[in-house]
This record gives sequence, C-alpha cells and structure tokens, in this order.
Amino acid sequence: MTHSPTAYETYEADFLRLARRGGEPAWLREIRAAAWDRFAEVGFPTETRGNEPWKYTNVGPIARSAFAYPDDGAADGVSPAQVKALAPWDDGWTTLVFVDGVYAPALSRISAGAARVRTISGAVAADGVAVSERLGRCASIEDGFTAVNTALMRDGAVVETQDDSGRDTPVHLVFMASGASPDRVSYPRTLALAGRNSRLTLVESYVGPPDARYFTNAVVEIAVSEGASVEHYRYMTESEKAFHVGATRVRLDAGASFASTSFATGSRIARNDLNVHIDGEGASCLLKGLYLTSGSQHLDNHINIDHAKPHCSSDQFFKGILSGRSRAVFSGRVLVRKDAQKTVARQSDKNLLLSEGARINTKPSLEIYADDIQATHGATAGAVAEDALFYMRSRGLDEDTARQLLVAGFAAEIIDSISLDALRERAALTVSSGHAATGAKSQQGRAIADV
Amino acid sequence: MLLEIRDLRVSVDGAEILKGVSLAVAPGQVHAIMGPNGSGKSTLANVIAGRPGYDVTGGDVVYDGESLLDMTPDERALAGVFLAFQYPVELPGVRNRQFLKSAMDARRERAGHDNLSAREFDKMYREAVREVEIGEELMKRGVNEGFSGGEKKRSEMLQLTLIDPRLALLDETDSGLDIDALRLVAGIVNRRRRPDNATVLVTHYQRILGHITPDYVHVLLDGKIAQSGGRELALKLEEKGYEWLKEGS
Ligand SMILES: Nc1ncnc2c1ncn2[C@@H]1O[C@H](COP(=O)(O)OP(=O)(O)OP(=O)(O)O)[C@@H](O)[C@H]1O
Ligand SMILES: [Mg+2]
Repeated sequence: MTHSPTAYETYEADFLRLARRGGEPAWLREIRAAAWDRFAEVGFPTETRGNEPWKYTNVGPIARSAFAYPDDGAADGVSPAQVKALAPWDDGWTTLVFVDGVYAPALSRISAGAARVRTISGAVAADGVAVSERLGRCASIEDGFTAVNTALMRDGAVVETQDDSGRDTPVHLVFMASGASPDRVSYPRTLALAGRNSRLTLVESYVGPPDARYFTNAVVEIAVSEGASVEHYRYMTESEKAFHVGATRVRLDAGASFASTSFATGSRIARNDLNVHIDGEGASCLLKGLYLTSGSQHLDNHINIDHAKPHCSSDQFFKGILSGRSRAVFSGRVLVRKDAQKTVARQSDKNLLLSEGARINTKPSLEIYADDIQATHGATAGAVAEDALFYMRSRGLDEDTARQLLVAGFAAEIIDSISLDALRERAALTVSSGHAATGAKSQQGRAIADV
Repeated sequence: MLLEIRDLRVSVDGAEILKGVSLAVAPGQVHAIMGPNGSGKSTLANVIAGRPGYDVTGGDVVYDGESLLDMTPDERALAGVFLAFQYPVELPGVRNRQFLKSAMDARRERAGHDNLSAREFDKMYREAVREVEIGEELMKRGVNEGFSGGEKKRSEMLQLTLIDPRLALLDETDSGLDIDALRLVAGIVNRRRRPDNATVLVTHYQRILGHITPDYVHVLLDGKIAQSGGRELALKLEEKGYEWLKEGS
C-alpha cells in the first residue's frame, strides 16, 4: 500500500459514505466494492522502482493530498458564461456539463440528434441492466486510479449510437472544476457505445478556472462495434495547479475505426493514458495529440495499442511544445500479437523545446510477435530553428511575433485537422494566446481574456 | 547615399571573409555584385540584413545616414532593408497570408499607419500573387513549405513586391530559374525602380543583366571589391572568367 494515511482515510471515508447512502442497485455496489478492494490493495502507483508504466511520472503529490468529495450543489452559482469561457462551445452540439463531476442540467444543452445521451446516474436508474453489462468492460481496475474512479464515481455520461445510424450531432461532455475550496476531486466517467456501422463524434473537455487546485480522475470507455467509426476529441486545459489523470480505454471490433485527437495543456501533473485494444480484423485507429507544457508542469502521454487481430492499422502522431522548466513524456507502446499479421503500425512524436530547462522523454516502442507486419517509429526534439527566426525577422517581425508564428505553425498540423470549427478555433486560440515563445505565464488567463 | 558600406571587415569563427569592402549605393540605382563561389557575396548581403553569427571586426554599414550594425534584423527591415535569400527558409505550418500581413502591418505601424484591413490586404495579396505567377494552391501551404527551388524564389519576389522596401538585396534570386521566371524577376526589379529606392543584385550570370541594366557592376574577389564598372564589366567577366582579375590583383 502506498498512500499516505490521511489521504487514504479521506478516500475510505468517501467510499463508506457512498456505501451508506444506498439507493444504488446491487450490481453497482458490487462493482464499487471490488474496485475499492483493489484500490485498498494497490493504492496509487507511487513506487519509484519496478513501476514501468509510471516511470517518468511521480504521482506522489497526488497521493499525498487529501481532496474533498464535492456535494450535490457543486454546480450552483456556475454560469453558462463561465463554462463557455473555459470550454469550446457550439449551440449545434449536444453538450452535457458536469461541475466537479456533478451533472448540471441548467448548463447543458441537448440538440436534436440520433445518439442517445444520458447521465450515468440516469441510465443506471432507467435500465441498470444494459449499463451493468458495459460498465468496466473496457476499463480494468488493475490501475489504482481507475480503481478509485470506479469505486467513487459519481456521474458521467452514457452515449450510444444505434446500429447503422449515420453522421450525427457531435456530443460534447464538459467536465469542469468549480475551483471551490477545499480542493476537490472529481471522478468523471464516460461510457460510449457505437452500434454496428454507426458513426459518432464525441468531444470531452476537461477544464478548470486558472489557479484552482483540484484533482480530476477521469475514466472513459469507448466500445466501437463492427464497422462503426468514432471521431473522438479530448480537450484538456485544466488549471496549472490541477492534477489530472485520465484513462481512455477503447475496444475496436472488426472493421471499426477510431480517430482521436487529444489537445492538452496546463496541469501541474497530468496523465493522458490511452489504451486501444484492436480486437477485430480490418480495424484502424488514428491517434493524434498536441500537448503544451509550461512553467513547472508535467504531462505524460501514455499510449498502448494492442494489435490482437490481423489486417489492422494504428497511427500515433503526437507533437509537443514545451517551455519553462516543464517536462513532457510520450510513451507509445505498440504490441503486435502473434495472430496480428499484416499489421501496419506507425508512431511519431515531435517536440519543440522553447527553453533550455524544458525536457521531453519520448519513447515510442514496439513489441512484435507477428512476422508479416510494417512498423515505423520516430521521435524528435529540437529548438526553434534560428534560420527560420532570422528569416521572419528580416521581414520586419519582432522576435516574439516570429516565435509565436513558428509555434502556431508547428501546432497547425494537428490543429488544422480538427474538423469541428468551435474546437479547432478554441485550440488555436489557446496555442496562440498561451505559448508566446518564452514563458506562457498564465496561458488560461490570457486565453479567457481573449474570448 | 542610401547605402554606404565603409571598409567592412567580417569574420566567421575567426576566419576573415570580408576584408575591407566599400560600396556606395545612391537612391534610384541598381547595382550588381558578381564574384566566384565563396568570395563573400552572401556574407555581405547577410551582414547588411543582420544575420547573427558574423563578427563585424571593422568598418561600418550606413543606411540612410544611420549605422545598421547596432540594429536588430527586424529594425533593419522596418527601416526599409529587404534581403531575398539565396536559400529561402521553409516555415512549416506558418500561413503565407498571416506571415505577409504581419510583415506589412509591422511596417505600416512603424510609419504610423493603421493595420491593413483584411480586404485591403486581400486585394494587394491577390495582385501580387498574380504578378509573380505563383499558384494559389501552393500558397495554401506553409511559407515555402515543400516549394521547389524556383517556387521559393517566386515566393521571395512576392514578399518583395508586397513589402516594397527602399533597399532590396537579391542574393542570387536568378539562380536556378527558368527563362520565364528570370524575365519575371527582371520585370519586378525594373518596375520597382524609383528615384527613392535601390536594388543590389548578387548574381553569377550576365543573363539577367540582359534584362536589367545595372548602373554599376562590382566584382567581389576573396573578400574585397576587385573591380567596379558598368554593364560592360559583366560581359567581360562572361567572356574571360575571373582569372584575369585575380592575375591583375
Ligand atoms: N556561417 C559560416 N560558417 C563558416 N564559414 C562561413 C559561414 N558563412 C560563410 N562562410 C564562408 O565564407 C566564405 C564566403 O561565403 P559566402 O556564402 O559569402 O560566399 P558567396 O560569395 O555567397 O558564394 P556563392 O556564390 O557560392 O553563394 C565561404 O568560404 C564560406 O564557406
Ligand atoms: Mg552566396
């Protein structure tokens, strides 16, 4: 067990209180109890030795802190303008807003669309059986963070598309921290189920007010059925003092496709933990990511792709922009199992280091047991090119503007591929307002001011 | 004088490359600088534009009555100096329109004018794109991103046209160009010729001087101006090469 007693006791008290509260079906209580036992056993992964998945990320500051479990009134007093200042917004989308993990119907907006979008609490009450069969199917509780999310989850969303339903209204889930004190923890949980040959566009936003200290421990499960395709976005601009651990667990059936773009900034410590289990022939996944770190932030992209079936492809295409004394990690592991012949796997991670003190640990890796596959991987890290800077300055641009344009240009490859206008524009704004070359002191503060 | 270079000495990593260059360019003039590979032509152009990495160990570069040497590259650009690069740099993902508008607005700001409206810029941009005959599709890429050698030179000419500097330094803009592109460059240089501005062409070829009549031709040899003259000097070089100058010096 590796949690400090006070923090552990807080979690335990939360668990006991939830258990006493009742009103939940037996199956859910069982899931919670099993997850709690797991957490009690393993705690958070703070070991410094033999802890390969967390080798580059010290979660000690998270494990040592006690966070309050938000009460039902968490969303009271939060205005729509506050949500829109932090998260992308489009009136045409269906958006569910959760504040500190508590559903806020008054801040949410349901647009017409084919996807069925419900809260987890609502779905559990309405047809517990269907949810019980799905919850936890993709996300194993092996890891302490997922275990404690499962034991203590409060709410979240269930998004389902019917078989054969076509392109549809995007579904946006906003998980916003209120920033209220004492420091709070939230456990967003998302379950997305794309029916056979259906299409789903899903956006998750994790945001919080500047300077707020809190912990977001999110778990997302996405199951993409045969022939279905999911376009997925993860927009994270947590406060710079926040902790964020997000586990995304994806399973692909035959012929399914999953295209995901992650945009991540902020956070004192953040982990974007993404597993894709390719479990059907002819499936494909394309994972893109842009991460920006500044100050003394730490951001860890931890990606695992499990190729279990033949004729599948996976692409990882990540870019990082680092400044200050920040540190980022890219660890992209691709496992190609014996049966996964004709796999095509590509991994790329490119980094722009804007300061001497910034550090990147980039580690694309391949573990291959099949013999007939194609795999490539590459990683780069470099400073802003001096000749590019001179070229721009020789046209009259001052150094800051030149750097800003170069940084935005570096980011453009990922940003421009975002198909949703509101999200693309928001992400571009965050890049340009935050990462002016040298420091990016308060990127969120300035991004908000610009809105 | 618009530009006056006085006994300029420049070293790179301790090696002296320019060994006392003097040159005066008056408003309204076009000068050509020729010289063998490695003689210091680009070094001279780069030092005028303010490229880092060169040590100026002696002399001065005076533009419009003020020394450029203490100015940053962007200050020089805003003062009216423009260098068309021998090897234009690629700026991946940096949008051409944004880049050009920023450059133009920076100059306008310096002159106390408002920024261009999107509309005004659009009009100028489109005209310039047409003038340099560069594909609109190409311009949707980042600045010079994946451009061919010739396309990069056209992109430099586009920037020259829009920025309209008082002093243009063209470092081998004519190298690697097809005949049409060569005429185009010559046309741009000829059209920009006004009593208040000047152009310095660095070139290896007499050919472009068939389209542009320079007021002076200078030969840079081993870091020094070995000879200056009129157009006929270029013809003589074409015929005899640089050997006769070396012998003479
Ligand atoms: N940054 C540098 N580091 C080291 N040597 C340099 C550097 N820049 C120029 N030189 C050297 O200075 C000399 C002059 O170079 P420069 O580029 O000015 O020549 P040039 O006359 O423009 O030649 P070309 O006709 O081939 O373009 C060359 O010998 C070159 O190798
Ligand atoms: Mg040269």
